[in-house]
Amino acid sequence: MKLYGKYLAMLLKSQLTYKASFVMTAVGQFFVSFTAFLGVFFLFSRFHEVEGFIFAEVLLCFSIILAAFSLAECFARGFDVFPRLIRTGDLDRILLRPRNVVFQVLTSNMDFTRLGRLLQAGLMLAYALPVSGIVWTADKLFGLGMMLLGGTATFIALFILYAGISFFTIDGIEFMNIFTDGAREFGKYPFSIYGEGVLKLLTYVIPLALFQYYPLLYLIGRSDDIRLLFLPLAGFVFLLPCYAVFRLGLRKYKSTGS
Amino acid sequence: MIELKNVCKHYKVAKRSSGLSEAVKSLFRREYTSIQALDNISFTVRDGEAVGYIGPNGAGKSSTIKIMSGILTPDSGTCFINGRVPWRDRTAHVQEIGVVFGQRSQLWWDVPVADSFDLLRDIYRVDGSAYRRTLGRLTELLDLGELLRTPARQLSLGQRMRCEIAASLLHEPKILFLDEPTIGLDAVSKAAVRSFIRAVNKEQGTTVLLTTHDMQDIEALTERILLIGKGRILLDGTLDELKRRRPSQRKLTVAYNGDKLPAIEGLSILKDEHSRAELLLDTELLSVSEAIARISAQAEIKDVSVAGESVEELVVSLYREYRI
Repeated sequence: MKLYGKYLAMLLKSQLTYKASFVMTAVGQFFVSFTAFLGVFFLFSRFHEVEGFIFAEVLLCFSIILAAFSLAECFARGFDVFPRLIRTGDLDRILLRPRNVVFQVLTSNMDFTRLGRLLQAGLMLAYALPVSGIVWTADKLFGLGMMLLGGTATFIALFILYAGISFFTIDGIEFMNIFTDGAREFGKYPFSIYGEGVLKLLTYVIPLALFQYYPLLYLIGRSDDIRLLFLPLAGFVFLLPCYAVFRLGLRKYKSTGS
Repeated sequence: MIELKNVCKHYKVAKRSSGLSEAVKSLFRREYTSIQALDNISFTVRDGEAVGYIGPNGAGKSSTIKIMSGILTPDSGTCFINGRVPWRDRTAHVQEIGVVFGQRSQLWWDVPVADSFDLLRDIYRVDGSAYRRTLGRLTELLDLGELLRTPARQLSLGQRMRCEIAASLLHEPKILFLDEPTIGLDAVSKAAVRSFIRAVNKEQGTTVLLTTHDMQDIEALTERILLIGKGRILLDGTLDELKRRRPSQRKLTVAYNGDKLPAIEGLSILKDEHSRAELLLDTELLSVSEAIARISAQAEIKDVSVAGESVEELVVSLYREYRI
């Protein structure tokens, strides 16, 4: 853990070397997601509700998925840019050091400019919390925390899966973006609005709906089944198969050297 | 102690002709060709030895280094380093080796070198007093003083290489692998790197195995040579033995003042036009210096070069000998 802190300090120092670039990227990140917010805002100024969800509820959903995504991207950026680690040979260097491989990939790259996006998510959340009309009792705050944690874990798992697949094919992994960047964009709205099929896929295959749609139902009072609040834990379980794919890929890498 | 026995490794390479239709075809069906990168490699390196590992590009040098450092698993054969199998016991193994890749950096690009060293100390769990001692010694030997405060990206190639080597020795490894450590360096930097590697080998007793294309590196650093070509060990012996294997036929290219060279005893003229002549010489009959003396007795020499001196040419002639 102390070593993690050291790596963190090192990467922060590196990124702050180019102060102007750091600030501009962070501000840019902020505005990119701000335009997405404007999109939602204008939509609702016309239609007032989507599939029965009002503006503040969608905003709540949006801010949670954005925050989870930004956190995952900030700390697991190493897996997000993994094909680059393979290409540049940095992965070889990682294998030459007496530390856990996953730990080293995590610490090889952290993108603090993503905090600009996190700030945007925080502002939206701060706005949505009071206007959503939800009475924030302890169980609902707990649910909110679970959604954030579970969401971050799910996105990290997806990044690890992405890295694992990139061992096998460098070019063919664009489709993975549907579940990372795509999920961030589509996840602005509760996944149920995309229909039964999509919701099933995101429930049973890739557990994106488990930290977004179902706990949200409890928060906004559409369901009073408190078990829904524990569904985001699936994100942590999802880490296991993703990690297994990564190990498999790593073993293949060691036997083919490419 | 490094022990390799009958190590084999082959790679599958996707075969594809150029052109769009071929590219589309390869999407659906790929043909692979198999390349034998290492073919029954066996050798032993004792503790404290300095060994030069030479051979042309693509001969299998890097594959061997990768196997010995645990990054790559061979198809068959055994490899024991200090009693361990590198790829099975990765963390314990890499704690005892240092690896320098001449063409890649292990320093963090934007921070002062000292910060990188500091992080490496924690990665390798080197304790404080041992670290200070090692760093002090490395700083003195490699003259790092000022460099430690400079970000890695601002260092010249020679300065950076000194820091890279120091970085791979901070945890006092028993074995040091150097993959082309002098590539691209100027003469002064090369000399500094060489004398340092020699000192580490002699004074610390660190086993050194280096790959290089530079014959001078070999002459300055190693007593023993492993020559590899097309995945096989062609020669395992001393530098002198290697030199004795040089082909006895040499080609001399001479630029001279005048029109035509007269026939000279012991030399056959291959080509002679525009005051440039190519001559073939058999060193078993006539030494190079003797030959030059005979030519200069006949014509005024402006320039002379002798082919067949480099390691590459030696390897080519060994290929011929082994009919690979």
